[in-house]
Amino acid sequence: MTLLKISNLQLSMKSYEGETPILHGIDLTIKRGEVWGMVGETGSGKSLTGLSISRLIPTPPGRYLAGSIEFQGIDVLKATDREMRALRGRHLGMIFQDPTTNLNPAFRIGTQLVDVALHAGHADPSVLGLSPGASRRQFKDAARQTAIDMLGKVGIPNASERINDYPHQFSGGMRQRVLIAMAMIGKPDLLIADEPTTALDVSVQAQVLRLIHELVAERNIGVLLITHNLGVVAQICTHVAVMYCGRILEAGAVHDVLKRPSHSYTRALLDSVPTVHTKRGELRGLGDLQPEALA
Amino acid sequence: MLYFILRRLVLVVPILIGLTLLLFVVARLLPGDPVGLAAGPNASAETIAQLRQEFGFDQPLPIQYWTYVTGLLQGDWGTSVFTRRPVFEDILTYLPATLELVFAALLLAVVIGIPLGLLTAVYRNGALDYATRTLALGGIAMPRFFLGLLLQLAFAAWLGWLPLSGRYPFIEMPPETITGFYTIDSLLAGDFYALRVAIAHLVLPAFAMALSPLATIMRMMRASTIEVLQQDYVMTERALGLSNRLILFKYVLKNAMTSTLTVIGLYVSWLLGGTVLVETVFDWPGLGLYASQAILTQDFMPVIGVTLVIAIIYLITMLVVDLLYGVFNPKVRYA
Ligand SMILES: Nc1ncnc2c1ncn2[C@@H]1O[C@H](COP(=O)(O)OP(=O)(O)OP(=O)(O)O)[C@@H](O)[C@H]1O
Ligand SMILES: [Mg+2]
Repeated sequence: MTLLKISNLQLSMKSYEGETPILHGIDLTIKRGEVWGMVGETGSGKSLTGLSISRLIPTPPGRYLAGSIEFQGIDVLKATDREMRALRGRHLGMIFQDPTTNLNPAFRIGTQLVDVALHAGHADPSVLGLSPGASRRQFKDAARQTAIDMLGKVGIPNASERINDYPHQFSGGMRQRVLIAMAMIGKPDLLIADEPTTALDVSVQAQVLRLIHELVAERNIGVLLITHNLGVVAQICTHVAVMYCGRILEAGAVHDVLKRPSHSYTRALLDSVPTVHTKRGELRGLGDLQPEALA
Repeated sequence: MLYFILRRLVLVVPILIGLTLLLFVVARLLPGDPVGLAAGPNASAETIAQLRQEFGFDQPLPIQYWTYVTGLLQGDWGTSVFTRRPVFEDILTYLPATLELVFAALLLAVVIGIPLGLLTAVYRNGALDYATRTLALGGIAMPRFFLGLLLQLAFAAWLGWLPLSGRYPFIEMPPETITGFYTIDSLLAGDFYALRVAIAHLVLPAFAMALSPLATIMRMMRASTIEVLQQDYVMTERALGLSNRLILFKYVLKNAMTSTLTVIGLYVSWLLGGTVLVETVFDWPGLGLYASQAILTQDFMPVIGVTLVIAIIYLITMLVVDLLYGVFNPKVRYA
C-alpha cells in the first residue's frame, strides 16, 4: 500500500542573494513496511525533502515550483493548515538530529509527551484507546498513561517517575529516546528521521538505531531515514535513495543499489567508505564530480 | 531553597545599615534648618532651641544615628517635624495608595506588554508591529509627568470620561480599610459602586506610569520571542502537530520570559521612584506626594523613612525575581 508519493518535486529557496533552486524534481514512493535510507553529501537537499513531506518549510522563503506530494491520498502542498496539523504527530512522525536542542528545556518531558499524545488523540481517539465520546478527564488520563507506556517502550527505566523530569536531567542518548517516544506516541504511519544518531556517541548510536528498527518492525510502518552512514543503510534499510545536488540519482532495493550501483556517483560514494582492508593513505574522496556531468 | 531565601535575607541587613547611615549623614549635612522652617518665621530663639531639643537635634551626630537605628528596630521611625506625627504611621497611611498605583501600573504593563511582544514577534514587520513600534518609541521617550498631563487634558478635561485627579472623591467615604487598596477593599466589601469609582481614579495615573515599562517589556518580549521561535524544539513541536496557539502561549512564552523577568523586576523600583512626579500631577495621596512635601520643608525623617521603604520593597522584589527565574528556567538551582 502506497503511503507517500513524491512526484517531480521542485523547490527553491529565497535568500538575500536571490532565489536558488534546491530540489530539481524529486520522485520517491514509499510503501508501508518499507524502510528507506536516504544518503547523499551535505547540502544535497535531504533535510529539505524530509521537511517538505510535513510541509514544514515556510513559504516564503521556500517556493514549490512544480510537483506534488501525496500522503495517504492527501495532496500535502494544497492541503489546509488544519488538515496538515491533523496529519502531523498522528500520521506523520518526525525525529531530528540533535536531541539536546529538540526538547523544550523549560518543560518536563511528560508535559511535552502528553501534549503530543493529546493532539494525536483528538485527531483519532483510538490512539489513546478511547472512543470518540470520551470526556476531557478520560483524555487527560489516557494521554498520561500512554506517555508513560511509550517512555517505557523506548527503554527509559522508571518511566512513571522520569516523566516528571526536565530534559537536562537526561543524557543525550536518553533524550533521543524521549524524542523517539514523542514521534511514535501518535502511532504514525510514516516516520521521518533526519540523521537521528549523528549527534550521539558511537556506542549509543547502535542502541538508538536498534530501537527505531524494532518499533518500525513491530508496527509495520513506512520510514524515511536520512543518514550519512552507508553501514546503517545496509543493516536496517530495505530501500535506499541516493541524492546529489537536489536530485535522486538512484533509488531502489538496498541489495540492488549497494551491490550493483548503476551510477558512477553511487560507486564513488561506496568506494569512499573505509573498511578494515583500507590501507593508510588510501582513503578516497568523491573527487570533483560536477552536477552538470550527472544530469 | 529555604536556605537560599534565608541567606539572601541575612545579606539584606548590612545593606540596610549602610543605607541608613548614608541617608542619615547626607540628610544632616545638607544646609537648611527644618526646625526653623517648621516653627515659622516669627518663632523666638527659645522656641527654636526648645524644639531642637525636643527632636534631639542638639545631640552629636553618632548619638542621633544610634537613637534613630535602635528606634527603627522598635517601629519608631522618628517624627516628622512638619506633620508632627510619627513617620512610621504616616508611611503606613500613604504606602497602600502608592503600592496600589505601582501594582496597577505593573499589571497593565505586563498584561498588555507580554502578549503584544509575543504577537509582534510572530507577525513581525506587520501592521501591528509597526504601530506598536512607533508607540513604544514615544512611550519610552516621554516623561511620565508630561504623559500624565496629556492624559488629564484628553480624558478628564476634554472628554470628561475620567476624574482629573485624586484617589477618591473628598465628599464620599472610601471603602472600609482592610488591605488599604481601594480596589481590593471595595471588592471584599462587595461594593461595586466603590470599585468603579476607585478604578476610574486609578486608570490615568496608572497608565501614565505604565506606558514606558509596557513599551520596554513589549520590545524585550518581542526580541526574546524571535530568538526562541528559531530554536529547534519549536520546529519539533510544530512537526508533531501542536497548535500554533499552544506553542506560542505555552512553550515559547515560558522560554521567552526569562530575560523579560529581569526588566520587570527593575521596573518595580523605577515605578516606585517615579511616584513622586506622577503623584504630584494627579494629587494621589501616596508616599511620593508625602516625600515631595517633606523634601520641600527639609523634613529629614520622612525622607529617610520613605527611601528606606522603597529600598526594602526593591530588595524584596529582587528576591522574588530570583525565585521566579527558577520557575521559568528549571536548570536554575538555588544554593
Ligand atoms: N532556509 C534556507 N534558505 C536558503 N537556503 C537553504 C535554507 N535551508 C537550506 N538551504 C540550502 O538548501 C540546500 C539543501 O539543504 P539541506 O539541509 O536539505 O541539506 P542536507 O542534504 O540535509 O545536508 P546535511 O547532510 O548537511 O544535513 C543547501 O544547499 C542549503 O544551503
Ligand atoms: Mg540535513
